[in-house]
Amino acid sequence: MNDTTPPLVQIRDLSVTYKTRLGDTSAVDKVSFDIRRGEILGLVGESGCGKSTLGKALLRMIMPPGRISAGQILFNGEDILTFDDKRLRDYRGRQASMIFQDPMTSLNPVQTVEQHLTEAIQVHDAGAESQSMARRIQALIERLGIMQSRLASYPHQLSGGMRQRVMIGLGLVLNAGLIIADEATTSLDVIVEAKLVDQLREIRDEYGVTILAITHNIALVAEMADRVAVMYAGNLVELGEVNRIFDRPLHPYTQGLLASVPTTEINERKELYKMPGEPPNLARPPSGCRFHPRCPVAMPICSRYRPGLNEAAPGHWVHCWLYQDHPEKEEKTLKVAA
Amino acid sequence: MNAQLSPQLQDNLVEIQDLKKWFPVQKSFLDQLLAGRKDFVRAVDGVSFNIRRGEAFGLAGESGSGKTTIGRLAIGLETPTEGKVLFDGIDLGRQNERELRHLRRRMQVIFQDPMASLNPRMTLGDSVVQGLKIHYPEAAEKHRDTLLDIFERVGLSPARYFINKYPHQISGGQRQRVVIARALITRPDLVLADEPIAMADVSVRALLLELMVQLKQEFNLTYLFITHDLATAKYICDRIGILYLGRMAEIGDLKEVYSHPLHPYTQALMAAVPVPDPHKRRTQTMPAGEIPNPINPPSGCRFHPRCPIAQEICSQVEPELRELRPGHQAACHFAEQFL
Repeated sequence: MNDTTPPLVQIRDLSVTYKTRLGDTSAVDKVSFDIRRGEILGLVGESGCGKSTLGKALLRMIMPPGRISAGQILFNGEDILTFDDKRLRDYRGRQASMIFQDPMTSLNPVQTVEQHLTEAIQVHDAGAESQSMARRIQALIERLGIMQSRLASYPHQLSGGMRQRVMIGLGLVLNAGLIIADEATTSLDVIVEAKLVDQLREIRDEYGVTILAITHNIALVAEMADRVAVMYAGNLVELGEVNRIFDRPLHPYTQGLLASVPTTEINERKELYKMPGEPPNLARPPSGCRFHPRCPVAMPICSRYRPGLNEAAPGHWVHCWLYQDHPEKEEKTLKVAA
Repeated sequence: MNAQLSPQLQDNLVEIQDLKKWFPVQKSFLDQLLAGRKDFVRAVDGVSFNIRRGEAFGLAGESGSGKTTIGRLAIGLETPTEGKVLFDGIDLGRQNERELRHLRRRMQVIFQDPMASLNPRMTLGDSVVQGLKIHYPEAAEKHRDTLLDIFERVGLSPARYFINKYPHQISGGQRQRVVIARALITRPDLVLADEPIAMADVSVRALLLELMVQLKQEFNLTYLFITHDLATAKYICDRIGILYLGRMAEIGDLKEVYSHPLHPYTQALMAAVPVPDPHKRRTQTMPAGEIPNPINPPSGCRFHPRCPIAQEICSQVEPELRELRPGHQAACHFAEQFL
C-alpha cells in the first residue's frame, strides 16, 4: 500500500449517542481511524460494541433517538456530515453502499432481481439508457455467478447465498468505491460463507473497491482482511495489519478474544481462554478504560483515565495504558486479580 | 429410576433406527390433482445412530440437513414417519401421551435463543421451577431448595437475588444459564442442546461451554448437541455425526473424524471453517452450488452433484455407512482413497 495516497475515509473523534430511558448511551465513543483505498478492513467486536453503529454512521444512517454527537467523517476529503440531502443521496449508493446481514429483509419481496438492479441504477442515474443498463447488469451478474435465468426470480425463490450475492450486486452496480458489509455472511452456512468471502476478495482485486467488513467472527477477519480494527464498548481498542494483530496482539481484550476463539484443530489441546464478566452497559460505562473491569492486567490508572489511541509500533495502534505513559501511571496500589 | 432399566443393562441411552421424517408440502387441492402426487420435504431420510450413556454426541450439518428435526424426534417432540427411537430401551413410538410425559422428565431441551424460550412476564425462578411443578407435584415443599441449588450450580449466584428477576433484567449469558438451569432441574438423563451457545458472544461462549462440560459430569448427563459450528463442537462432543440433506454422511469419534475426515462433504465442511490465523488462509476451492432441495434430493449419493470425486456410480447407488477406521464410518463409495 502506497502511503502517499490519501485514505478514502478518515474518521475523526466520531461519537454516536443514543437517547435512552437510562440517559445518553455512547455507542461509539471518540473513535478515529482511516480506511485506506482498496483495502479490506475488518471491523470486529462483540454485540453492542458499536461496530454496526459505526458502519451506519459512515452512511449517515443513524436514526433518532440516535445521533452523531461529535466528530468528522471525511470521504475523499469531504466531510459527509455537512452534505445536504441531495448530496447525501448521491453519496449513498454511488460512493458508498452497504450490504446487511439479512438479505431477505433488505430485498423487496415483490420485485425481481432485475427490477432491483435496474431501480438502483435509475434512482442514481436517471439518464441511463435501457440498453446500457442491461449490459451493465449482464456483466455484473456474470461476474457474481448469478445465472441469467435468476434475473426474473423473486427474493423468496433464491437461496440465502444467492440473495446475498444480489445484495453485493446492488452495491456494485453503481460502482461505489466503498462497500460496508455488515455481518454480510453471518446468516449463511459455512461453505456458502467461504465462497462469498472468496468472491468479496476477488471483487476487491478486480474492481479496486474498498471494503469495510463488519463482523463478530474474528476467524473470518483472519481469512479475508488486510487490516483489522477491534472495538470494545464503543471504543476502538486496537488497529493494525492483520498479521500483526494475530501474531502479536497488544490490547488485553484482543489477546483474550483471540485466545477464546474455538478452532477445529485437533492436536491443539489448549483450553479456551475464559474472559471474566460480560460487556458493560453503555448507559453507564466503566470509568477510565472501559475494559478495565474485565482486564487481567488492569492498573490503578486504568479506572481513572481513558487511554488514547497510541501508535505502539509502525501502523499498529492500541488504546491501552500498558503502552503509553502518564505521570500517574507508576502509582502503585492494588492489582486486580485475573 | 426403574430397576429393570439400570445403566448396566443399557449401554446406549438412545438408539435411533432407520429414522425418517417427511413433511408434506402444502399445496392447493388443484395443484395436487394436476401433479398427481403428494410432495414431501424429506427432512430426515433414513438415519441410524446410537447415543451412549454419558457421552456428548454432536450432530452437525448445514441448514436443511435435518439436524434439528432429528433432535426433536429423539426426544419425542415429533413422531417419525418411519423408523423408531428407543430411549433407554423404551420405544417412544409405542408410548401413550401419559407415558411420554412421564419419560420427558428424563429428557430436557436447551434451545438457541434464551430470550425466546423464557416467558418475559415470569420471574426466572417461576420459569425454572415450572418443570418441577409439572413432573414432581408431590414434592412441592422441596421445590424452593432445589431451585436455589440449581441457580447456584449454573453460576447464578446469589440465587435468592436471581430468582426474582425477569429475563430482560439480566444479560444474554445469564439468560442462557437460566435456560440450562431449567433443563437440569428435573434431573434429566438426556439433554438435547440445539445450538445452545450460537447466540452468545465469543468472550462469553468459552465460559458457557465450560459450564456445560462441568454440569455434564456433575449430573451424569448425556448430551445430544446440535450445531452448525464444528469448532464449538470440538470442545464438548465425544462423538460426532455429520449430516447432509437428511442422511448421515459420516460418524465417529470426534477426534477421529476431525483429523481424518473421510467423506468429501466433511472435508469441504472442515475446510470452510475460517481459521483464526491469517497465515493459514484457506486455498481450497469450495464445492459448487448449495445444499439442494430436500423435496427432490439427488439420486444415489446426495452429495454427488457437488462432489469433487464423484463418478458414475455415485448418481445411481446410494452409499451406505461403512466402518473404514475403528469407530469411524463414512457413506462414500470412494472414501478408501482418503485412508
